[in-house]
Amino acid sequence: MKLSVESRQAITDAWLVGPATLALILFIFLPVAIVAVLSFTDYQFGATSFNWNGLENYVKLFSSSIGRRAITNTLIYVAIVIPFSVGFGLLVAIGLFRMATWAPLLSNLMKTIYFLPVAATLVAMSVAWQMVLHPSLGIVNQTLLSFGMQPQNWLSDRGLVLYTLAVIGIWQSVGYNMVLFLAGLSAIPTELYDAAEVDGAGGGWSRFWTVTWPMLGPTTLFVMVVTATNAFRVFETVATMTKGGPAFASDTLVYALYREGFVYFKAGYASAITMVFFAFLLALALIQFRIVEKRVHYR
Amino acid sequence: MPEILQLRDVSRRFGATTVLDKVNITIGTGSFTALLGASGCGKSTTLRIMAGLDRPTSGDVLLAGSDVSGLSAYERNVAMVFQSYALYPHLTVAQNIALPLTMRHLSPLGRIPLLGALVPGTGSARRTITTKVEEAAAALGLDKLLDRKPGQLSGGQKQRVALGRALVRDPSLFLLDEPLSNLDARLRIRMRGEISALHRRTGKAFVYVTHDQTEAMAMADQIVVMIGGRVAQAGSPRDLYERPANRDVAAFIGHNAINFLAPGDGVDAGDAIAGIRPEDLAPDTKGALTARLETAEYLGSEIVLGLRSESGAEIRAIAPGDFDVPAPGSEVRLGYAAQKVHVFDAKTGVRLERPA
Amino acid sequence: MKRLILSRLLPTILLVLGAAAILLPFVWMLSLSVKPRDEIFSTAIHFLPSRFEWENYAFAFTQTDIPLFLWNGLVMVAGILFFQILFAVPCAYALAQRRFAGRSLLFGLVVAALLVPFHVTAIPIFLAFAKIGILNTMWALILPFVQTAFGVFLFRQFFAQIPADLFDAARVDGLGETAIVWRIAFPLALPAATAFAIFSVTAHWNDLFWPLIATTDPHLATPPRGILYFRDQESGDNVGPLMAAAVIITAPLVIAFLLAQRKFIQGIAAGGLKG
Repeated sequence: MKLSVESRQAITDAWLVGPATLALILFIFLPVAIVAVLSFTDYQFGATSFNWNGLENYVKLFSSSIGRRAITNTLIYVAIVIPFSVGFGLLVAIGLFRMATWAPLLSNLMKTIYFLPVAATLVAMSVAWQMVLHPSLGIVNQTLLSFGMQPQNWLSDRGLVLYTLAVIGIWQSVGYNMVLFLAGLSAIPTELYDAAEVDGAGGGWSRFWTVTWPMLGPTTLFVMVVTATNAFRVFETVATMTKGGPAFASDTLVYALYREGFVYFKAGYASAITMVFFAFLLALALIQFRIVEKRVHYR
Repeated sequence: MPEILQLRDVSRRFGATTVLDKVNITIGTGSFTALLGASGCGKSTTLRIMAGLDRPTSGDVLLAGSDVSGLSAYERNVAMVFQSYALYPHLTVAQNIALPLTMRHLSPLGRIPLLGALVPGTGSARRTITTKVEEAAAALGLDKLLDRKPGQLSGGQKQRVALGRALVRDPSLFLLDEPLSNLDARLRIRMRGEISALHRRTGKAFVYVTHDQTEAMAMADQIVVMIGGRVAQAGSPRDLYERPANRDVAAFIGHNAINFLAPGDGVDAGDAIAGIRPEDLAPDTKGALTARLETAEYLGSEIVLGLRSESGAEIRAIAPGDFDVPAPGSEVRLGYAAQKVHVFDAKTGVRLERPA
Repeated sequence: MKRLILSRLLPTILLVLGAAAILLPFVWMLSLSVKPRDEIFSTAIHFLPSRFEWENYAFAFTQTDIPLFLWNGLVMVAGILFFQILFAVPCAYALAQRRFAGRSLLFGLVVAALLVPFHVTAIPIFLAFAKIGILNTMWALILPFVQTAFGVFLFRQFFAQIPADLFDAARVDGLGETAIVWRIAFPLALPAATAFAIFSVTAHWNDLFWPLIATTDPHLATPPRGILYFRDQESGDNVGPLMAAAVIITAPLVIAFLLAQRKFIQGIAAGGLKG
């Protein structure tokens, strides 16, 4: 029997989109639903049953000092990384963009160098950073000593560790932001600079304020959101170098979710952490969508 | 002439919009049919339905007398040439032309590069394909381009490759969707000749979609004029020119836009609308029609006159190249032969036959 | 002259200083990886060792499981990429070039899935894998990533730009839809596929989160997971070989990046934009 054209088409469509759709449901939507449900339970991995406990997990996260620590640490980390990573990214991009006009090879070489941390394996680089920041053998403390300054316990001093991680976060993401800004810069029509020159705004600073900055405005907002999104996910450096310590001084949301869920097997509580983390990222995504929409109007 | 393809009461609706409304078309074996119409008239949808790329909402498609509604494009064994040429950019010219044959003559296993050579029969099938590709390429003057990618070809060469891909399969029917519209004027005229030659050589039926009435008139032995999703008229080019079935067809066919004159504009056709083609209207001191001259375009062999009748209607007429053009604003008398006047119903636009 | 110094020299100096800061951990890692033990533990600052200690690399390659980690990483990223392409390309083609019921719904799902970071789905997937008993297998590392909303999205945008005529021509030429996907659409999408492959391989080669969760068997460790095993075993004592291992693990992607910079930047930048 020969099937009708319509059913043959339907079978083809199912064959084409079926596997991907099934995978999406199985590995994205179903898990998201389950994690949302689990966040209202006291479920533990391996347990045979669980109890509903309402908002208890969330209350615990927001009221316990450890839970609050993870949230504030993450926010502080993000708040440090955004301005510096975006600011340096912008400065480097403008510098290299100008340099490309008189020394294209050097400019390209520098671009490669700045992008290197983005491509490098972060865990391996964290191991290297550990040696750079080693209390006695690290080059940083050795340099400080040779200038007669006080060496620091960069990764084991409670007051310092989060900032150290943030610096590494900046180190890792500047190159990425530079690339985004370079794309933004090359999209600025050169006639605008000519026009600014004719209008008497040809010099370095006035050029920047009359043309570059206004044209890069939407890009900058966008880069900030992307940076924030990535900074919120900070995990590799924490897991490799500090394990959230000392005394939770460098605990972050994703690390806390890993620790509570997969070291202490508190699935319910870890699910609540997951949901809070997810809520932050969804808020950022919402902002990102709005910016992308604006950007379209801008053109 | 027996028919190879027939559309019977074919309608096509996309949601609430009706693109084709009860279209009936008969394509004779070995004929050259042009589907002519403005963009959006449904001619491309008609062609896609013939090809099996689209399906009618209602109505039948008969290929060589049997219903092919359930058959895919490939199963109908039709060849199609697309407006954008639709060459596979990642394949060479030879591979582009060979692809339909590869799909037809090699088993799925045999198509796998390298490994396919181990499948029995693959070698001889491949040799046959190579020979056929070379023949088609030679017929179209593509022999030296076989190893190029489409990106390295000119528009005319791409067009030829697209024709070659259609030619190589020995299809029952050739469908061409505005194949020349992306070429410049000179090349278009040359390719027109080549397509006509191809039609004569293959002896297969061609269906040719175009919005250019010159192309249709020059190439086709049957023109199907489509307007607003319906067949407005089907017939030989001469039929359409001499006896347009309604106002719209009359307006569409002919190099110079036809003049429509309402009652009172100076041509006697009772309550009906009179249509006179500019080439049938010439300055004549004894002419019945009087109009005021506004513009004159000298084209060498002829002069196109733009005039206005007493009632204010625009009239275009064609004078011989040696006509002595009076000053703008002068009165010009125009003459015409009575049998060249087409008469259309003022309300419906349908052609009215005048008793001879 | 003064203006030229101000507009060129000063920014150049600052950019070079910045680049030096960026390079610092790379240089220090390389330096330690070729230093003999006694020089590592000396407090004098030397980037170049007095003699190159290649023994560190020999140790990392022969005395540790680093080669196994590299192999595991290779199998994992290849497996992930294979399934991602296998699933995403046909789906993207259908979304871009075919009309079917639920098409916009499916596209909506794809966009929605883009918003879900992997960390969010980890707990339920871990639970399910524990239930069916595939934790601590290579499948546990590969399976969660066979879906790729980003891949579907990227390929769909690419396929949507290809004129529909091309696919109609292929249908007339006798290609079935599956053949169209793999013989026409996919070869055309090679630029997009390259960018996607770079994004996918980089992301999964470098990932620590999921390997840390899904495997506890050191024989299944991927490079980032593996180097942590190595470090924790040696308890900070064997710095030279550890740094050599870090170099070895970082090298494949860094070398690939240096060889194909433009593609790499495109791929990673495109990937980051998915949010």
